[in-house]
Amino acid sequence: MIEVQSLDFTYPNGKKVFQGVDLQIEEGEYIAIMGENGAGKTTLVKHFNGLLRPTSGDVIIDGINTKESSVASLSKKVGLVFQNPEHQLFCETVKEEILFSLRNFGFSDRVANKQKDKVLEILSLTRYEDVSPFTLSGGEKKRLALASILAWDPKYVVLDEPTIGQDNDQKIKLGNFIKQLVAQDKTVIIVTHDVEFVADTKPKIILFSKGEIVAQDKCVNILTDKKLLHKTSLLMPQIGELMLSFPNLKTKEKIIDVFTARSFLRKELKK
Amino acid sequence: MGKNFRMPIIDINNLSFTYAGTSSPSIRNIDLKVDKGEFILLTGPSGCGKTTFCRCLNGLIPNFYNGTFDGSVKIHNLDTTKNAINDLAKHVGMVFQNPENQLFSLSVERDIAFGPENLALSREEIKKRIDWALKVTDVSDLRDMAPYELSGGQQQSVAIASVLAMKPKILVLDEPTSFLDPKSASDLLKTISDLNRKLKLTIILIEHRLDLASKYVNRVLIMNEGKIISDGPPSDVYNEDMYLLGVGIPKITLLFYLLKKDGIKIKKVPVYLEDAVDILRKRLP
Amino acid sequence: MKIFDGFKFTKIDSPIHRLDPRAKLFMLLTIFSLSILFMNLLVLTALFLLQLPMVVIAKSTRRWISSMRGGIFLAGLIFFANSLTGQTLTFSLTMMIRFLVLISSFSFFFMTTSPDDLGLALEQMRIPYSLCFTFTTAVRLVPTMAIEAQTIMDAQRARGLELDKGNLLKRIRNYIPILIPLIVLAIKRSIELAEALESRAFNTSGKRQSYIVLKLNSLDFIVISLAMLFLILGVYAYLNLSIPSLETNFRLADLLPW
Repeated sequence: MIEVQSLDFTYPNGKKVFQGVDLQIEEGEYIAIMGENGAGKTTLVKHFNGLLRPTSGDVIIDGINTKESSVASLSKKVGLVFQNPEHQLFCETVKEEILFSLRNFGFSDRVANKQKDKVLEILSLTRYEDVSPFTLSGGEKKRLALASILAWDPKYVVLDEPTIGQDNDQKIKLGNFIKQLVAQDKTVIIVTHDVEFVADTKPKIILFSKGEIVAQDKCVNILTDKKLLHKTSLLMPQIGELMLSFPNLKTKEKIIDVFTARSFLRKELKK
Repeated sequence: MGKNFRMPIIDINNLSFTYAGTSSPSIRNIDLKVDKGEFILLTGPSGCGKTTFCRCLNGLIPNFYNGTFDGSVKIHNLDTTKNAINDLAKHVGMVFQNPENQLFSLSVERDIAFGPENLALSREEIKKRIDWALKVTDVSDLRDMAPYELSGGQQQSVAIASVLAMKPKILVLDEPTSFLDPKSASDLLKTISDLNRKLKLTIILIEHRLDLASKYVNRVLIMNEGKIISDGPPSDVYNEDMYLLGVGIPKITLLFYLLKKDGIKIKKVPVYLEDAVDILRKRLP
Repeated sequence: MKIFDGFKFTKIDSPIHRLDPRAKLFMLLTIFSLSILFMNLLVLTALFLLQLPMVVIAKSTRRWISSMRGGIFLAGLIFFANSLTGQTLTFSLTMMIRFLVLISSFSFFFMTTSPDDLGLALEQMRIPYSLCFTFTTAVRLVPTMAIEAQTIMDAQRARGLELDKGNLLKRIRNYIPILIPLIVLAIKRSIELAEALESRAFNTSGKRQSYIVLKLNSLDFIVISLAMLFLILGVYAYLNLSIPSLETNFRLADLLPW
């Protein structure tokens, strides 16, 4: 479990980001941290692996306070995939890139190679094993960054803006991949402002505005709340807007994605 | 000596380009005619060649990027292989994805002055252009601020203003909303649409957010593997095949295609929210 | 990274910030020349202390102190390198203070002068535009690259890289995962910048018209005159006067067994 208690954080240059944030993320949850640019989303997740330490308050990962732990040991549990894969790539081959983190965490060569093969297979990168990471396309680089983090099987997987620069096909694959991770009991946290991706994959949303949590709820409730969306510079998913134009329709819960809308409307329109 | 009004402002014939050091062309056999005042949306799956294509529109290809260039690109009747980029810059303005790497100065005013300064215009003319560019992009109150003090959306508006100050007739924007949050993206697209309507600027916009951008255009180009595979109004171009190719067609459109497959009789699959609402309103009990 | 803060320009309204860059260049030139000319501990200390009131007037005390803190390590290195190779205490101190004078004067200059204005000043002094622009862009990119370096370090630390462990050789090798992405991204950024520049008709062959023109006002002239006066007096003193030199024969190296 990730616990954040009364978190205050101010950057060394004086910029205050949070004041008194409390939240809890249980194991196995799929969470989206959303909010306008500058609301503090990336700053928050950097506390989960110790890259940032609270100015006051505590961040506790599985019972261990981040103030008493190193980034390396926290990273064993919390894998953070940065937004721009080019901030990480430096090896001569894709293989080396994956082995880099495994070696840092002290895996033996035998286990490291097994893990490497496994993760390259899962992310369809096996054929690039001996290729330079710098020759990969943008989408492939993003997959490689993800692979290099998943290589050591962290319990918590945090993705910072995973859909920027991805086309529709890549987003669908990413969504399916996240579903697989959650099915394997991993906790997946994404930082994003891509409402359509969130509408399709339906995480629970923790909504930030100006350094404070303004809402924590199921995504269908937050993405149909016009006031909240306006406050945080988000827009309602298209399907959500469509269905809200018909408030008299009786649905189990609000509909914001294509496939639920299709099943529902298919029945309604055949009447 | 009258002008032929039907002469396209962008005239591309059989364009192909292979980057130096690569073995296959990034774009192949592209034919395109664009009339003055059109607002065109260009999209396609990753790697389809749209970025390469738009670099051909202002001469970056072939003058900045080396490679094998075949065919012809004429902007305002100027051949891009025979004119320097800084001459073409007076006709075609280009706005890029990342605001950080296209604003150079420590004040918005100076950034907008940069282009006209390079054109060696008089100081009075430069001042006039700065005032005008600030006004048409609605950022006059940001004149004395530093670019790093601005939000992403504001930075992109300033980037557009800096390009407009050179008074091009054509504006090409390469995924300008990539790094923006949804509301800022929507605002920026509206600003671009206003420029098209009020100033009659010809606009080529590369964009993935088709649900936000489609309502402003009446022509969409879809590229795949270096070729233009579809060219027409949104309602003709957005279909299930495109979705399967990786194009993020508006969710509304996808929904009604799926309902059509399910046997629901739908005459015209909607592209815009209002049309979708209309269809449902007539059909729902 | 703290040392870079000391060279970063911030928009503050102070008399020093408002001075023409050419006036500040003259001040810098004077301090620089005198600090190179004189080997005298008293003079160098005086040059160092002279800057303190100016830092206060420029409302930049905190930032100046952090850049000095960054320079302390190297200053100490200079002191010990000199002492341990047999120089007198006075000599080692002199070298150290001279280094501090140079760091603090350059830091102060860049803190109070915007790269844009500096570029304009150089242009108006008839230096070719392409050189001015190269220089201004380089200065402008320093804080950007510093932030990028920090992000890269965070990204690699999140993959288990420990930058503060291991012997000296290992620590140096640990910087490869930081340097390579930094260089690659710098090249990428340069290409993007070049594309944007080309698209705004940047060229070095044709004429160019500057929108803003720097004009020297009376305060600027006073500062330039004072700086020149100081420089002339300094050179005169160096050639003709003898200043007490606090010379000792004490050598730190004598204390060492070898």
